[in-house]
Amino acid sequence: MLPENELLIESIPENHSMVMDFVDSQISDCPDDVKDQINIAVDEIYSNIVQYAYHPETGGVKIRITVTDVIILEFEDKGIPYNPLTEETPDINKPIEERPLGGLGVFMVKKLMDSVEYKRVGGKNLLILRKKL
Amino acid sequence: MIVTIMKESDVSIFLVEGKLDSSTSPKLQEKLMLALNEAKKIRMDFKDVEYISSAGLRVLLLGEKTARATGKSMTIYNVPDRVMSIFTMTGFADMLNIETK
Repeated sequence: MLPENELLIESIPENHSMVMDFVDSQISDCPDDVKDQINIAVDEIYSNIVQYAYHPETGGVKIRITVTDVIILEFEDKGIPYNPLTEETPDINKPIEERPLGGLGVFMVKKLMDSVEYKRVGGKNLLILRKKL
Repeated sequence: MIVTIMKESDVSIFLVEGKLDSSTSPKLQEKLMLALNEAKKIRMDFKDVEYISSAGLRVLLLGEKTARATGKSMTIYNVPDRVMSIFTMTGFADMLNIETK
């Protein structure tokens, strides 16, 4: 049995609502604006894992949420090594003709969270997001 | 997310409700691209949008690019502050036609 604050699921799009419901259940006492920010961050990270971590296969994703005076979100997968923090920062001042479709997810996560940390440990990607309450 | 569409001559009015994220945005994209084929103007009421992630922004950017390329227009109105802050953070506030109150 996993602890109540952990979820282990297969990295498929169909599990998206299960992930969001799990997150909602863990942060139900947090302010609405923080809930939105956490939801957006989780959507970005989970959809990245679904698309890239095991592509074209699927695999396990573990999500752990700890809420004290700071919310800590941990995402763990055994997929290909991928450090999202190395993604190029999009130029948000470019005119619309030069703006690509996409490339904003990780940028938004970094903006919305207080810190984002990546580790490759024992063949696993570990991404740790922190948001102060 | 729920999208309700009302048509008034050459205008399509979209009432968008709920969460615009990676699981719901493909549905909005499908309806928006269809409407951009049929209508001259798209007006999107964002009053009941809870939040928008990059997947939703992608659809809005695609919609705006398509509208410009085909001589049509897409306007978003009743944008809640929590959604507006995301538009501002990502530069979308300057790229999209956003009607302010």
